[in-house]
Amino acid sequence: MRERADVTADGTRGTRRHKRNGEEPMVPRADFDSYYGRPVIKAPGWSARDIAGYFFLGGLAGAGSVLAAGAQLTRRPATAKAMKISSLAAITLSYAALVNDLGRPGRFVNMLRVFKPTSPMSVGSWLLSGYGPCAGAAAFCAVTGRLPGAGAAATAGAAVTGPAVAAYTAVLAADTAVPAWHGAHRELPYVFVASAAAAASGMALVLAPVRENGPARCAAVLAAAGEMSAMSAAERSLGMVAETYREGRAGRLLRAARVLTTAGAAGAAVFGRQSRTVAVGSGAMLLAGSACTRFGIFAAGIASAEDPVYTVRPQRMAKERTAQERAAGEREARRGAAVVQDGGG
Amino acid sequence: MTSHLLSGPEADPARDAGHEDAPPRVGFFTDTSVCIGCKACEVACKEWNAIPEDGLSLTGMSYDNTQSLGASTWRHVAFIEQSVPAGRTAPAPGQDLLPDSVSGPGSASVPPSVPDGRVPAPDGRTTLPLASGDGEVRWLMSSDVCKHCTHAACLDVCPTGSLFRTEFGTVVVQDDICNGCGYCVPACPYGVIEQRPSDGRAFKCTMCYDRLGAGQEPACAKACPTESIQFGVLDELRERAARRVGRLHAAGVTEARLYGHEPDDGVGGDGAFFLLLDRPEVYGLPPDPVVTTRDLPAMWRHAAMAALSLAGGIALSFAASTLTEGLTGALAGRKELP
Repeated sequence: MRERADVTADGTRGTRRHKRNGEEPMVPRADFDSYYGRPVIKAPGWSARDIAGYFFLGGLAGAGSVLAAGAQLTRRPATAKAMKISSLAAITLSYAALVNDLGRPGRFVNMLRVFKPTSPMSVGSWLLSGYGPCAGAAAFCAVTGRLPGAGAAATAGAAVTGPAVAAYTAVLAADTAVPAWHGAHRELPYVFVASAAAAASGMALVLAPVRENGPARCAAVLAAAGEMSAMSAAERSLGMVAETYREGRAGRLLRAARVLTTAGAAGAAVFGRQSRTVAVGSGAMLLAGSACTRFGIFAAGIASAEDPVYTVRPQRMAKERTAQERAAGEREARRGAAVVQDGGG
Repeated sequence: MTSHLLSGPEADPARDAGHEDAPPRVGFFTDTSVCIGCKACEVACKEWNAIPEDGLSLTGMSYDNTQSLGASTWRHVAFIEQSVPAGRTAPAPGQDLLPDSVSGPGSASVPPSVPDGRVPAPDGRTTLPLASGDGEVRWLMSSDVCKHCTHAACLDVCPTGSLFRTEFGTVVVQDDICNGCGYCVPACPYGVIEQRPSDGRAFKCTMCYDRLGAGQEPACAKACPTESIQFGVLDELRERAARRVGRLHAAGVTEARLYGHEPDDGVGGDGAFFLLLDRPEVYGLPPDPVVTTRDLPAMWRHAAMAALSLAGGIALSFAASTLTEGLTGALAGRKELP
């Protein structure tokens, strides 16, 4: 159909020049064009430790605050106190990771110049500014035993903003041109909250006494099931880009996440009530699984940004689909016009 | 869909950004069919904007050693060497292919062709991936730049308000407000904006905002010797580009096509658009870029649903275990009764 030049310079046309992580692609690829194999978009300059670490810690803190509030309401004082401390620790480390990413602490203040709903990072900065003090006050009152009324209010405040802190990071990642993140923008929030729930219930299993861990065991099972189904939905809508979730570093991390999360949830559900040791072990596996999920998704995003095929191919396919739809629409319109003419004549 | 300002055609982005008496939107039309790859634009840009040096290296991939746009490269001349199959478009001799604005002898012959059809020997540069094959070799050169999108993802996602829409409809970073978060970098569908490693802040083409304010054209357009880079009022540039591509088609250069000129594309049209002689991806440009914030309302909806299901799931866990523990407690209690 289309006459075009054969670019024979290595990497410009045809299969990719670079092997990724020393692995040959499993499926031979059809031709695609690129500028000497160079990426089209720029991968984020964020370090995995800071940003994937923040995704994990923010989720642990946010979902943990909901668990803490639930435990307080249902008179599970040890769990409530432990989760408040864990959330404060996690959100403090989150701030540290974010400030480290900016380079200088003073730069964080610029985040609060404006409120921009079109910027998930602006929304997140304001969320953290509301959530952080609540989590801090809740933990302070729980540890010191002072001001129980204020402590209850702070616990409630953290429980209300906590889910938003856990969910918005998915929008933060998806609201980019990174194919592996943007392509899953509908599913990623569910993956992130499920992973957050897995981490927080894991932390509760590690810290809380066995007689109080019923809700955490139940939440762990729900979280694991939710994460598995949200992840497979994400891979379906990603199409060919889903291979960045299966190959290389991301593939290894996400396979480990699946094993750890499933084993942790199963262990907690079956033996978590009988044995404190199993509960702690299962909790640790859930925490590790959640971390692997976040670092895996982060790595998949970087891999999809660095290889031009994941930018070019889906866009080419979208363009061809639009052209076909447009052509079909025009045929439809012509037929409609013909019918009208027939009717009029 | 078009009721919000996140995607779709938008006639006057400067006015929508709050500039009451905005001058007409300006832009670049880069006609790559007359680019000679001289890199005067790169040099003029670096000089005028006092951009630091960002590496002197030989890539070995082509004659392009600049490689890509970045924090310290705001104009980048791409260089592509291709072998053209026999029988394919080669400019017929004597046909006037020069744009309206360029005339007279001594102008660049376009595109470059090899005399008597033979490919010159690589002259010692055997490691360079030179094009091979029986056909004629052609060189494609294109000066890439920030597209100054109608719907600019970098601007939308910037959390500090450092990136802003100017009265000219262009997109500029205020370096005293940028806090180095780096969010604009992966948001850009063209891979233009980048953080400077030395201080982490983001930099990109300003379309010479200072020169525009003084009624001057940007440095790159001023320096371009073949008028491949044309600066002007965007609507006029679009008309001129349509005439140019029609003329090239009439002359048999059927592969000439415009890129980024349509106001209804995924970014609402580019403030800097191009005439290309091959598919955009050959030049390292995305074939169908979409501003990521087009889907932001859907993302926030799903995030809200996800946050609610997180709270609901944990509430359910407490309800279920309280209920089962109550039941088992009651059963155990009943057994203990005499």
